[in-house]
Amino acid sequence: MYSQGLIGADGRSEETPEFLAAFQARIDAEEKIEPKDAMPEGYRRTLIRQIGQHAHSEIVGMLPEGNWITRAPSLKRKAALLAKVQDEGGHGLYLYSAAETLGVTRDEMTEELLDGRAKYSSIFNYPTLSWADIGCIGWLVDGAAIMNQIPLCRCSFGPYARAMIRVCKEESFHQRQGYEIMLTLTRGTEAQKEMAQDALDRWWWPSLMMFGPSDADSQHSDQSMAWKIKRFTNDELRQKFIDATVPQAEYLGLKVPDPELAWNAEKNGYDHGPIDWDEFWRVVKGGGPMNRERIAARRKAWEEGAWVREAALAHAEKRAARTAVAAE
Amino acid sequence: MHEALLELADDHLILGHRLSEWCGHAPMLEEDLALPNMALDCIGSARTLYARAGELEGAGRDEDALAYRRGERAFRNCLLVERENGDFAQTMLRQLMFAAFMEPYWHAALGSTDEAVRGVAGKATKEMGYHIRHAGEWVIRLGDGAPESTLRMGRAVEELAPYADELFASSAAARAAEEAGVLPEREALRPAWEAVMSDVMGQAGLAWPDDVWPQTGGREGRHTEALGHLLAEMQSVHRAHPGAAW
Amino acid sequence: MGETPLWEVFIRPRNGLAHKHVGSLHGADAELALSAARDVYTRRGEGGSIWVVPSAAITASDPAHADEMFDPTADKIYRHPTFYDIPDDVGHM
Repeated sequence: MYSQGLIGADGRSEETPEFLAAFQARIDAEEKIEPKDAMPEGYRRTLIRQIGQHAHSEIVGMLPEGNWITRAPSLKRKAALLAKVQDEGGHGLYLYSAAETLGVTRDEMTEELLDGRAKYSSIFNYPTLSWADIGCIGWLVDGAAIMNQIPLCRCSFGPYARAMIRVCKEESFHQRQGYEIMLTLTRGTEAQKEMAQDALDRWWWPSLMMFGPSDADSQHSDQSMAWKIKRFTNDELRQKFIDATVPQAEYLGLKVPDPELAWNAEKNGYDHGPIDWDEFWRVVKGGGPMNRERIAARRKAWEEGAWVREAALAHAEKRAARTAVAAE
Repeated sequence: MHEALLELADDHLILGHRLSEWCGHAPMLEEDLALPNMALDCIGSARTLYARAGELEGAGRDEDALAYRRGERAFRNCLLVERENGDFAQTMLRQLMFAAFMEPYWHAALGSTDEAVRGVAGKATKEMGYHIRHAGEWVIRLGDGAPESTLRMGRAVEELAPYADELFASSAAARAAEEAGVLPEREALRPAWEAVMSDVMGQAGLAWPDDVWPQTGGREGRHTEALGHLLAEMQSVHRAHPGAAW
Repeated sequence: MGETPLWEVFIRPRNGLAHKHVGSLHGADAELALSAARDVYTRRGEGGSIWVVPSAAITASDPAHADEMFDPTADKIYRHPTFYDIPDDVGHM
């Protein structure tokens, strides 16, 4: 469900120009790069960082939606939401696996998340305050994620592309699930309609921020584009998202909270008002409404699960020892 | 008849709800996927059973009316399933105890005179078979793992042992359904349950305590304090908007 | 504490097909890895059979030697049926 331009990657490399040119030629020929292939250190670092951020976003993303599993207002919605949040966990797992092919371990990545070195999508640092937020997250956040993830299925790094194909296939129900919730609410009672509008008011701008900083300020975009880790710029994807989403909001009878939003026939897309990038950076750097709670919840699960993981390893060792004795 | 099905439906919904509380908070990512799978199995069975109970009752109550608009005194689940999750050891032992009972129960229910019950039984025997395996694997590993896990597993046995007996007790409603051939007789399943439990507990190096005071009352709506909080949370949105569709 | 070992997961969608690599996961032992593979990789009916193999047990060819490993087959065209001329009159062969 994640999508956000990569934050703060270091794509510098120290390889010879010949090596870099040969590598670039493979990329330009649309060859996939596999884990054991020679690759520029910057390419490897960028990927570890991006796949790691992506995986962390899936895992942290389980929390805001998980907040409503126990309160889902019907059994059908409860089952669907549980299956969806479970999927996010699966997607995190696929992505950690893809990153692990590059020589980093899941435990290392987890430590980086818990001590704040690793980033994740800023959207998950906002609170889910009503059932309509679950609808909005599916519709907008997963919608934004799909925009970003479909091009990633063609990413130059094989394991990442393969993980994304699986993720995209599974995620096709997520956005529909969210939009259907919004549809039901907007066709419902006055209180439900209010709930739906309130959720859109709160999630619209953070959803636009998910695509990452404006192209003019996105310093690592060029190298990632050249290496085909990224296929479209942040602004291109954001525009696509707005153009797809505004008519959907109209269908729901909801008002997008942007007074400057207007159709621009010349560019065949919507113009929109300014995005509050100060807020974006504040949230990315830890100052969002829920940053501390999200990391605290992940840390709690990790620390309180330590004895379980230790026990499983201890048991495996005991059993291996017993088998060895029996074999003698 | 519908009351006997409600007991079963409540067991599965409440346990599924408890398992779902783990999603996003499990000891490892792999379990963040395993626990919701078990929860979804339970919630799925509950939904079919509620639908059938509502049909038999004939008062126009659907699955959501039964799940979201009854208070704690009207819930008929056994006490075992409403217990707070506690740590991972308690959650896994609770799941093993429940599944080790339900697997032979559903197996026997394959011959039910009620088509809906046979339908649930067909799916649920397999699901509960898997729950026995998965929860059993963990009980063995935690019991025969590291010192802390052994300690916690022993504590889990102490905590949950009093809630085993209620599984085998049939309420008046259940007895009527048993006599009608709709549901299997509970007490008859004790040997099958004990066989699974003693196999797993043996491998885990755990012993069942000798002197246990059984705790019962769920089938009459006398619950532990935990259920009221669970329902207050689960039903909050639904009850705040009477008549709304979701 | 050591890190929980990594396993590679292979799934056969149905009998008659080969097991295919689908990804990896962590598990303290083979049974837990198998359970996890079931819960992680077969949530939508993807599988009828699962293999889990410790990642450390896999020996892989080195991409640096790919040329000497795989290029020498390129000119052995006589291994392919189209290398041989059979008159059309003979019929399908």
